[in-house]
Amino acid sequence: MFENIRLAFQGVWSHKLRSMLTMLGIIIGIAAIITIVSTIKGTNEQIKQNLIGAGNNVVAVQLNQSGYPYDLSWNQVPAGVRPISDDTRKNLEDIDGAQKVTIYHSRNYSENVFYQNSQFNGSMYGVDEQYFATYGYQIRTGRGFTASDYEHFRKVAIVDANTVSGLFTGTNPVGQAIEIQGEVFTVIGVVAMSQEFTPTINSMSDYWMYSGSSAGSIFIPDPVWPTAYRFDEPQNVAIKVENTDVMTTVGKSAADLLTQRQIVGDSSDFDYRSQDMLEQAQQLQKMSQATNTQLVWIASISLLVGGIGVMNIMLVSVTERTAEIGLKKAIGAKKRRILLQFLTEAAVLTSLGGIIGVATGIGMAELISRMMEIPVAISLPAIGISVAFSTLIGVVFGLLPATQAANLNPIQALRRD
Amino acid sequence: MSILKLTDICKDYQQGKQTVRVLKNINLTVEQGEYLAIMGPSGSGKTTLMNIIGCLDVPTSGTYELNGKNLQNSSDNALADIRNKYIGFVFQSFHLMPKLDAVDNVALPLLYAGVSLKERRARAVEALNAVGLGERIHFRPNQLSGGQCQRVAIARAMVTKPTLLLADEPTGALDTKAGNQIMDIFRSLSDGGMTIIMITHEPAIAACADKTYHILDGELLVKGGDEPNEKA
Repeated sequence: MFENIRLAFQGVWSHKLRSMLTMLGIIIGIAAIITIVSTIKGTNEQIKQNLIGAGNNVVAVQLNQSGYPYDLSWNQVPAGVRPISDDTRKNLEDIDGAQKVTIYHSRNYSENVFYQNSQFNGSMYGVDEQYFATYGYQIRTGRGFTASDYEHFRKVAIVDANTVSGLFTGTNPVGQAIEIQGEVFTVIGVVAMSQEFTPTINSMSDYWMYSGSSAGSIFIPDPVWPTAYRFDEPQNVAIKVENTDVMTTVGKSAADLLTQRQIVGDSSDFDYRSQDMLEQAQQLQKMSQATNTQLVWIASISLLVGGIGVMNIMLVSVTERTAEIGLKKAIGAKKRRILLQFLTEAAVLTSLGGIIGVATGIGMAELISRMMEIPVAISLPAIGISVAFSTLIGVVFGLLPATQAANLNPIQALRRD
Repeated sequence: MSILKLTDICKDYQQGKQTVRVLKNINLTVEQGEYLAIMGPSGSGKTTLMNIIGCLDVPTSGTYELNGKNLQNSSDNALADIRNKYIGFVFQSFHLMPKLDAVDNVALPLLYAGVSLKERRARAVEALNAVGLGERIHFRPNQLSGGQCQRVAIARAMVTKPTLLLADEPTGALDTKAGNQIMDIFRSLSDGGMTIIMITHEPAIAACADKTYHILDGELLVKGGDEPNEKA
């Protein structure tokens, strides 16, 4: 066997140009597949990083109506949804894998929020005392909400860094007054995520996905939420979990519990659903994967064509080497040995093509990533599978020529010309 | 015991719708150590006979015995083994592997016999020494003269220590001087007890053998060195 491989390499080397041309189909096919797979993997890793990084291992559980998040910006307070009790909060904290629980009110589209003459376009939150700890916010300037703020219904607000740069145009907001639905609130502090996270934005869809948070957020204590908005608004829940692996399961159990406890009467189209970043990431990944799987199929056609090219050249090679095959049979080479010799040759040829294709593919992926600023990640299993697959192509498409060689009649093969 | 015994060998070929009988009831017995030539013009059937003797082809009818063993109905693989172990081939056009050097060419049949690399090399060098090419073991065929190539081919035929050396026009592609050298080697092999069958159309070359058979229109006639035109 080793002898066969050595001879096969010699054969490939002695016909450099022909071998190169024969391998071309395989090289192009494998290079295309490696390039596509590397780009998919890069994009996927980025999606995951963006979404999970943004969530800090926090899974949000929100009220949904008929499958869509229920937004109070333009909806009535639903009659059949109860406020969340302390007992329910305890039960949420007891879910396996849950670390911290926060219950809050929110508006994605703020109306009538002003600082001097400029209007605020970000999100509003009415938060409990666990909110900042759960989401991993830290006070950067000023102070946080204290127990006495909650007890005395103080109209105080905390803003995030995006609000500072947007609404306050970079000036220190602490001590400034803002107007929320006609009520005056005093800004007491600025928060930022303890883990600084900047999403990588490569496309318009990425931009829209992250632009919501870029307008900024304003937080007020939940006891004063009804003074600005309405009484008995349904709440949302966010749970910080131990690690990303349990996000989905904790989110589902919390959603089930809340649906069961909070929804009363015949409000059957309402339920609580978890907004799990990991699940979102997986959905996005699935989408990008589906398109790219088709590309991989198309690239596979190139491999098929390459395989046929190899078969063609091997058939020519068998004809050319009739005398050699005849002699080998005359001096005692069995059919199996001749078969193996030509199979090895085809497999060495295509494996070599596969290896060159992988190298070219990695180069192409790097080039694309530099020119178009798309992230790439080289997938080791993909490389292994590619090389193994190209070897397999050699064996499959080498079978016909090798069988032909093995069945050559030595008399015909040795006939004097 | 005779090494080779052909009894009533016939060989038919299909030519279109016609059946052509190329060999007609050939009877031939070869004893250990015999050195014989088979002569005939082209189209006489001598190559077909050689193919049958060399187990490259099977007869249409008749029996073939090598070393007392009847080889009728042997499989392709069994015949490959027999060729490898018992028969050494020398061809007119040498049939050396152009990419391999002399020693690797000579060692090739041992590869098929499953001999280890080290022993293959050693025995190939020994065989090359025997044909006087000990100095050129790493030369490739294109670096050797025709005569030297044929000597490499003889070394390759002898390296398995066969019971029968079968030569098909061994001097056909060589000049007289190189041809004579090859005949000298055959003579010394024969003196050493080797059984040799040589096929040729040149009377001068046939004369080097101890015994000459003539084949004409598929029939075999014997002519010994000193018994002219004796019918077999």
